[in-house]
Amino acid sequence: MSLFSRGARGLLLTELLSGMALTLRYMFKTPVTVNYPYEKGPLSPRFRGEHALRRYPNGEERCIACKLCEAICPALAITIEAEPREDGSRRTTRYDIDMTKCIYCGYCQEACPVDAIVEGPNFEFAAETREELFYDKDKLLANGDRWEAEIAKSLSLEAPYR
Amino acid sequence: MAEFWHGYVWPTIIVVAEILCVLVPLLLTIAYYTYAERKVLAFAQLRKGPNVVGPFGLLQPIADAIKMLWKETIIPSGANRVIFIAAPIVTVALALVAWAVIPFDQGMVISNINVGILYLFAISSLSVYGTIMAGWASNSRYAFLGALRSAAQMVSYEVSIGFVLVTVLLCAGSLNLTDIVMAQDHYWLGFIPGWFVIPLLPMAVVFFVSGLAETNRAPFDLAEGESELVAGFHVEYSAMTWLLFFMGEYGNMILVCAMTSILFLGGWLSPIPLEPFTWIPGPIWLIAKILFVMFLFLWVRATFPRFRYDQLMRLGWKVFLPLSLFWLVLTAGVLTAMGWVPSH
Amino acid sequence: MILPAIMFYLFSAVAIASGVMVVSARNPVHSVLFLILAFFNAAGLFVLMGAEFLAMILVIVYVGAVAVLFLFVVMMLDIDFAQLRTGAMKYLPVGLVVGLILLAELVLVFGSWAIAPQVASVVAAPLPAASGFSNTRALGDLLYTRYFFAFQVAGMILLVAMIGAIVLTLRHRAGVRRQVIAEQLARQRAETIAVVKVRVGAGIDAEAAE
Repeated sequence: MSLFSRGARGLLLTELLSGMALTLRYMFKTPVTVNYPYEKGPLSPRFRGEHALRRYPNGEERCIACKLCEAICPALAITIEAEPREDGSRRTTRYDIDMTKCIYCGYCQEACPVDAIVEGPNFEFAAETREELFYDKDKLLANGDRWEAEIAKSLSLEAPYR
Repeated sequence: MAEFWHGYVWPTIIVVAEILCVLVPLLLTIAYYTYAERKVLAFAQLRKGPNVVGPFGLLQPIADAIKMLWKETIIPSGANRVIFIAAPIVTVALALVAWAVIPFDQGMVISNINVGILYLFAISSLSVYGTIMAGWASNSRYAFLGALRSAAQMVSYEVSIGFVLVTVLLCAGSLNLTDIVMAQDHYWLGFIPGWFVIPLLPMAVVFFVSGLAETNRAPFDLAEGESELVAGFHVEYSAMTWLLFFMGEYGNMILVCAMTSILFLGGWLSPIPLEPFTWIPGPIWLIAKILFVMFLFLWVRATFPRFRYDQLMRLGWKVFLPLSLFWLVLTAGVLTAMGWVPSH
Repeated sequence: MILPAIMFYLFSAVAIASGVMVVSARNPVHSVLFLILAFFNAAGLFVLMGAEFLAMILVIVYVGAVAVLFLFVVMMLDIDFAQLRTGAMKYLPVGLVVGLILLAELVLVFGSWAIAPQVASVVAAPLPAASGFSNTRALGDLLYTRYFFAFQVAGMILLVAMIGAIVLTLRHRAGVRRQVIAEQLARQRAETIAVVKVRVGAGIDAEAAE
């Protein structure tokens, strides 16, 4: 390139000005922001969010205390204690998930033979204290009751690929 | 007693009222400049920016200020307490006292001193102290590095700003800011405004870019450099002390914008010498020009990536200094050769 | 008006106090900050005398540039001044002598005004009457006419000092690969990017060879 046009380009700041023009053009484009929390993006059925313990349609809890999820959990976030119930069926007496440890890998869900522990679509469970994130069995069952419709739907959508 | 009242008390009341008339809108502008910055950056990046607190997020700066007031001011145990506290006060005080000489219209100025532009230059050269003191008193490596960077940077760009000011002074023939504006009060060919930005365009660009560097703004915000220095000189500051730094930075930016408007954009003069435009009062024109330059600051920040430190120094010493020196000599030569030297 | 007198004594008192603190402060950074305070008060005294140009130049040059470099150096050096101060008493006699000489000179200068009032008018002779124009202009008139030679010589000395400092410190090392920014900026899209249509299985080399 000739010295003249090079010098002219440098002195007239054409590159800087074209950059500024680009920015100015972008200022008048429509923002692409999703207006969270009023709007939310779509969630995949494979989304791994807050944990929930599911029940059978008759109200019986699914978990059989096989402790596979406790064994596979890489973050050691799950603690289970179990003993036979008075009707003889094996059930958990304690099912705790430390949500501050959980890494949301979804292995517990994969390991569960009865689809009891699942990771639901909820990702808005921030708490003000640490203690609120130590989930016990009641909390997990309540989550299951609350999100059953969504969880069942995503499980049925995922079923063909399993 | 009457002499005491008319000689001291009444003038003091008037001066305090004048100061309040300038400072209160200025502080509001600083608050809403942060909002404007977030909005402009958001629009340039296809985002929406603050839009939750109040209509269009207009109460966001107020919410931020309240949040800052409620937070705890943390003073590091290794810090030098007195200087640590003094640094933000120095910063914000310097950003505010400079407004004493800014003329908003013919005669509409708190203090119409003869060396107004030197006063502005002196004040802006002092603003480096807030940064250095903060960096040193924090007793932290990041803060210290940020302070060293900003000290070297501000001293470097100060030189070319000085030459630009001298060039303007040559054309205006006065150190008084009102006289400088009045020297631009004419129209070439009857309609082109006689603002100094037209004959001195390269100097205006040098002044604007040096102003960016002087106020530590993007793309010259190496004193903060959050990607390498976390936050630079104010990394140890929190709550009100940090807020004071923030106000000082934005106050300095608005000051540089006002200086640019007065020196190069004809201050309060109307751009078009026709009827409906000359009716608009001067302060409104000045404020419109200041707002335009303030938008330029944000526009530049939205566009350019941060300079590397050696490039910054190279630009200051090897490009701007020779360029402004050359233009100064050229201006002086042309003024003398054509007999245009203004006489007061 | 009593106000200027009050201001004068305020500025002078703070200037002297901060001057004392410059010498006696334990922390060198505090010393420099007190020095800056002293400069400010000197500038205030200039303003009181109606020499606003000198006041502003004092602030710009000494506070804005020189003291920044002082502060810079003092901050970087990190000297243990307590240790340095142990031998201070040794230098007291020399310091006292220098101080006494300075005091004697000042007494001579100001005393001569009192003894022979015409001396002041001789010294101030080139200064025209202060009515009609600002002291900025008066100063300029003096500097660029009567004292032009001295002014230029001072400028040349500073220039020589600057060039000398650069010559003494600048080293050209061989074999250092430097960034040539002008070359980088001169790169053009057209010179560096070529869009080549490549046949399937041919590869770029075969295409370029054709």
